[in-house]
Amino acid sequence: MSRKLLDLWVGIFVALGLAGVLFLALKVGNLSAGNFADTYQVTAKFANIGGLKVRAPVKSAGVVVGRVVDIHFDAKDYEAVVTFSINERYHFPKDTFALILTAGLLGEQYVGLDPGGDEKMLQGGDVIAQTQSAVVLESLISQFMFNKASEGPSE
Amino acid sequence: MSNPRQNSGGALLSGITKLGHRVNDALQRLGFAARFFVMLLLHSGQSFRRLHLTIRELYFSGFQSLLIIMVSGLFIGMVLGMQGYETLQRYGSAEALGVLVALSLVRELGPVVAALLFASRAGSSITAEIGLMKATEQLTAMDMMAINPIARVVAPRFWGGVISMPLLAALFSAAGVFGGYLIGVVFIGVDEGAFWSQMQASVDFRYDVWSGIIKSFVFGVAVSLIAVFEGYDAVPTAEGVSSSIKSTVVQSALAILALDFVLTSFMFREA
Repeated sequence: MSRKLLDLWVGIFVALGLAGVLFLALKVGNLSAGNFADTYQVTAKFANIGGLKVRAPVKSAGVVVGRVVDIHFDAKDYEAVVTFSINERYHFPKDTFALILTAGLLGEQYVGLDPGGDEKMLQGGDVIAQTQSAVVLESLISQFMFNKASEGPSE
Repeated sequence: MSNPRQNSGGALLSGITKLGHRVNDALQRLGFAARFFVMLLLHSGQSFRRLHLTIRELYFSGFQSLLIIMVSGLFIGMVLGMQGYETLQRYGSAEALGVLVALSLVRELGPVVAALLFASRAGSSITAEIGLMKATEQLTAMDMMAINPIARVVAPRFWGGVISMPLLAALFSAAGVFGGYLIGVVFIGVDEGAFWSQMQASVDFRYDVWSGIIKSFVFGVAVSLIAVFEGYDAVPTAEGVSSSIKSTVVQSALAILALDFVLTSFMFREA
């Protein structure tokens, strides 16, 4: 086979392979335009994060506005410190409320942001003061059982 | 009539001797393989300076594997689509079909199955070619003409395989996702928007796609190295070449699956 023809076929092969990678990146994966946007990082302290994981979405009004980038334990306050990056396009007031919510009854957990009414906006590196921990199903059930038991035999 | 006790002792002793021989041989071969790998890397310069040598191998091991890779990918994606739908619709989440198909292909099936197919399609033919060259003393003849057979024959085949493998694995995954789309959306009727948007929401490029590409690169190095080494180390007879081809396929499969376990445990561990 002549070298030119060989080059042509190999060129087609490499182009096809790169097209496959591109397809995986853009159509299957999330490497679309939005992912390259600049972000700023905000931290929040929670008493209990439940099953929150790194890379979990941060949503406000149901729209994904960022992702959790780091979770670690603060040994001084015995609290979980959650860092998330928020898309530069979205700005939230300083008194925004951060909650840990669950998608559906048994779904994955995510961070919800409830905007407050402050004039000042959150900057990169700020700490969200008002948080609400994850609802732990076990403690909810035990609370319910305890209440039922303390009511006593009413009949 | 010999003493049965003494006889069994002799059998035991010869068994231990054989075991020792085998361990010794295996270690020697491993040492040779390591030395061979270093020589291969040292003599790789020529396969990039004289690029047409490598391009020829890319054609034989990469381009000619395209058909089998893409058709297998398509079928695996279609089977995943059917089986996934069967289970997911019981829990009322048939829309997650795209996620299931894409994640299983991109993370695991794409790199692993493509590498297994590549080992049996291209790896075996590389071993056969080099083994036969050795059996017909072409490698020795090259050495006589002061052409280094590792630089001229072995290195281009190795790099051809290493470069082809990630491209083939990506094409395998892409064809599989298309197969899943074909079954899930076109035939069964899962909502198209939910299929793609849920897929994009849960497949992360750096975490999932990139890890898959790294995996397939590692598999490419392993399979190509095994293939060229088995050919170069073949016993130069018809029987020896055939047993080398067999051990290329067997060892590649074992290496791919073992490496996959190791890489997966490194890559996909929740913090």
